[in-house]
Amino acid sequence: MTLDRTAAAYWKANIRIILICLVIWAISSFGFAILLRPALAALPFTIGGVDLGFWFAQQGSILVFIGLIFYYTWYMNRLDREFDVDEK
Amino acid sequence: MDQFTLNLLIVGATFALYIGIAIWSRAGSTSDFYTASRGVNPIVNGAATAADWMSAASFISMAGLIAFVGYGNSSFLMGWTGGYVLLALLLAPYLRKFGRFTVPEFIGDRFYSQSARIVAVVCLLVISITYVIGQMAGAGVAFSRFLEVQNSTGLLIASGVVFMYAVLGGMKGITYTQLAQYCVLITAYTIPAVFISIQLTGNPLPPLGLFSTHAESGLPLLTKLDQVLTELGFHDYTGLHSSMFNMFLFTMSLMIGTAGLPHVIIRFFTVPRVADARKSAGWALIFIALLYLTAPAVGAMARLNIITTIFPDGTAEQPIEYSQQPDWMETWAATGLLAFEDKNGDGRIQYYNDASDEFAATAAERGWEGNEMVTFNRDILVLANPEIAQLPGWVIALIAAGGLAAALSTAAGLLLAISSAISHDLLKSVFMPKITDKQELMAARISMAFAIAVATVLGMNPPGFAAQVVALAFGLAAATLFPALMMGIFSRKMNRQGAIVGMLVGLGATLLYIFTYLGWFFIPDTNMLANTPDNWLFGISPLSFGAIGAVLNFLAAYVTMKLTDEPPAHIQDLVESIRVPRGAEGAIDH
Repeated sequence: MTLDRTAAAYWKANIRIILICLVIWAISSFGFAILLRPALAALPFTIGGVDLGFWFAQQGSILVFIGLIFYYTWYMNRLDREFDVDEK
Repeated sequence: MDQFTLNLLIVGATFALYIGIAIWSRAGSTSDFYTASRGVNPIVNGAATAADWMSAASFISMAGLIAFVGYGNSSFLMGWTGGYVLLALLLAPYLRKFGRFTVPEFIGDRFYSQSARIVAVVCLLVISITYVIGQMAGAGVAFSRFLEVQNSTGLLIASGVVFMYAVLGGMKGITYTQLAQYCVLITAYTIPAVFISIQLTGNPLPPLGLFSTHAESGLPLLTKLDQVLTELGFHDYTGLHSSMFNMFLFTMSLMIGTAGLPHVIIRFFTVPRVADARKSAGWALIFIALLYLTAPAVGAMARLNIITTIFPDGTAEQPIEYSQQPDWMETWAATGLLAFEDKNGDGRIQYYNDASDEFAATAAERGWEGNEMVTFNRDILVLANPEIAQLPGWVIALIAAGGLAAALSTAAGLLLAISSAISHDLLKSVFMPKITDKQELMAARISMAFAIAVATVLGMNPPGFAAQVVALAFGLAAATLFPALMMGIFSRKMNRQGAIVGMLVGLGATLLYIFTYLGWFFIPDTNMLANTPDNWLFGISPLSFGAIGAVLNFLAAYVTMKLTDEPPAHIQDLVESIRVPRGAEGAIDH
C-alpha cells in the first residue's frame, strides 16, 4: 500500500492537528481556568497560595497558547514537506 | 531638569524616531501601501502586530481592570491572547495564501459577490471607526496630562504625527514604526513593574513575583492580598464573584472578536510566505504575552501597595493621616483621578468597602462613616506605578511615551484598515474600476487623510458611547467577519447566499441584542430593557453576545447553503488551492 500523498490527505491531516490543538486550547482556558476550576481547587497543592485554576486563568493558558502555535507551526512545516506542498 | 521638560524630551525623541522611520520607508506602490510588499520578516511582523493590537486600553487600563475585580477579569487576559491561536490555526496562513490586500476583498472574491464584499466593508468600517475614536481620544488625554496642554491641542499633535507616518508610509511605514512603538511601550511597562516586584517580593520578574512570597509578611503575595481585601470588606481577589457561564462566554467573545478584527488580520498579509504567517502569529503572541503576563502582577501588586500604604500598621489598625500621604497620592489627587473626602472628620484616610453589609458593623464600631477614597480611577495604576515605586523622572516620561505609542500604533493600524477598505474595496472595485495603480495609491493616501480627520473630529467630541462601542466592535468582528472568513476557508461548498445571510444575521442579532440593553445607537433612555443580569436573555451580558452572534451566523449560513445552489466549480477549486501553501508567491501580483 502506498502512502496517500494527495491534497485531500494533506487537508485531512491538517484538520486533525487543528482539532487536537483546539481541544488543548479549550481545556487550558475554558476548562482549567473557568469550568473545571472548582475541581482543580481540590488538588492537594497550590501555586503561590492559590489553586491551579487561578494560575491557568492568569498565566498558564497564555503559555499554553504560545506553545500551541509554535507546535502547530513546526508540525505544519513538517507536514508541508512530507506532502510536498511547501513553498520552495 | 523638571518632569515637564523630561516628558517633552522623551516623547519628542520617540516621535522624531517614528517620523524618521516613515520617511525612510516611504511607500512607492499600492502593494507597499497595503501590505508592505509582503516583505516583512515574521518576527518583526510579530512585534508590529503586538503594537497594533495592544491599544491604550491594554497598556493603561487592563492592569486596573484586573486589579479591581481579580480573578473574574482574567477573561481579558485569556480572551485577548487566545484569539491568536484561532488566527494562527484557522485564518492567517490561508488568507496569506490567497494573497489579497484587504479582508473584504477575500470575502468578495471567495464568495464571488460584490454584495458580500460590501457587507464586509460595512462591518469593517463600523468595527474600525468605533475603535479608532477611542484611541484618538485616549491619545488626546495622555497628551494633555503629560505635556500639560489642552486636550484638543494634544489630540491635534497626535493626529499630526499619525498623519505623517501613516499617510506617507502606508503599511510599510506603519510596520516599522509599530516595531519601534512596541519597543517603547514594552520597556515603559516593564521597568516600573520590575521595581515594584522587587520591592514587594524580591523577585525581579513580575509574572513570577505574582506567585511568590510577600517579603514583608512572609505569606504568599496573593494570600496576603486576599487577606487585606476581605479584612476591609472587599471581595477576595482570587475568587469568582460573577457567573461562570458569563465569564465563559465573555472570554469566548473576546477570543473570536480578536481573531476577526480586520486591522489585526491584515498584518498577516505582509509576510513573505504562508509558513511565515503561522510563525508570525506565534511571535505576535510572545510579544503580547510579555505585557499580558506582567499586567496581572502589576494589578495585584498595585492593589496591595495601595492598601498597605493607607494602612501601614495593618488593616486592624488606624489608617494614615491625610498629612502623611505619599507624594504620588497628592499628585494624582490634583488631576481629579484620585479624590478623598474626610467624611468622619478624623483626619485619616478610611478606605474600605462601604457597600458591604457584613462589614458595616465593624465600620460603625471603628467610627468610620463611609469610604473616604471617593474617586479612584483604575487607569492610575499603570500611570502612577513609577511614582509609587519612587522611580526617577525619566521613567515617568517613558510611561507617557509608552501610553502614546500604544494608542498611536493601534490608531495607525485601524486607519490603514479603514483607508484600504475605502480606496481598494469601494473605489477600485465598485466605483472606479479603471483607476491605475498610481491613482489608487493617491486615493489610498487621500482616504487615509480623510479617515484621520474624521477620527480627530470624533476624538475631540467623543460620542458618549465611545466606551460601550468597544463591546460592539468586538461583538461585530466575532459575529460577522470571523465566521465568514472561516467558512470561506473550511467549507468548499459554502456559497455566496450562505455567507451573506450569515453575516447579515450575525450583524443584525448582535446589533439588536446590544441596542436592546444599551439603547438604540447608544442614545440614552432608548434601551428597551434595563441592562441588568436579570433581564439578560439566559443571563448573557451584551458584552458577551459576540460568541452567540458567531454561532447564529454559522447556523444561518449552513441552512441557507443547504437550500441554495453550490458555488461554481472554479470557486471550489480556489478553496482547494488556498488550503495548500505552495504557490503563495505567485499570488502576490494580481
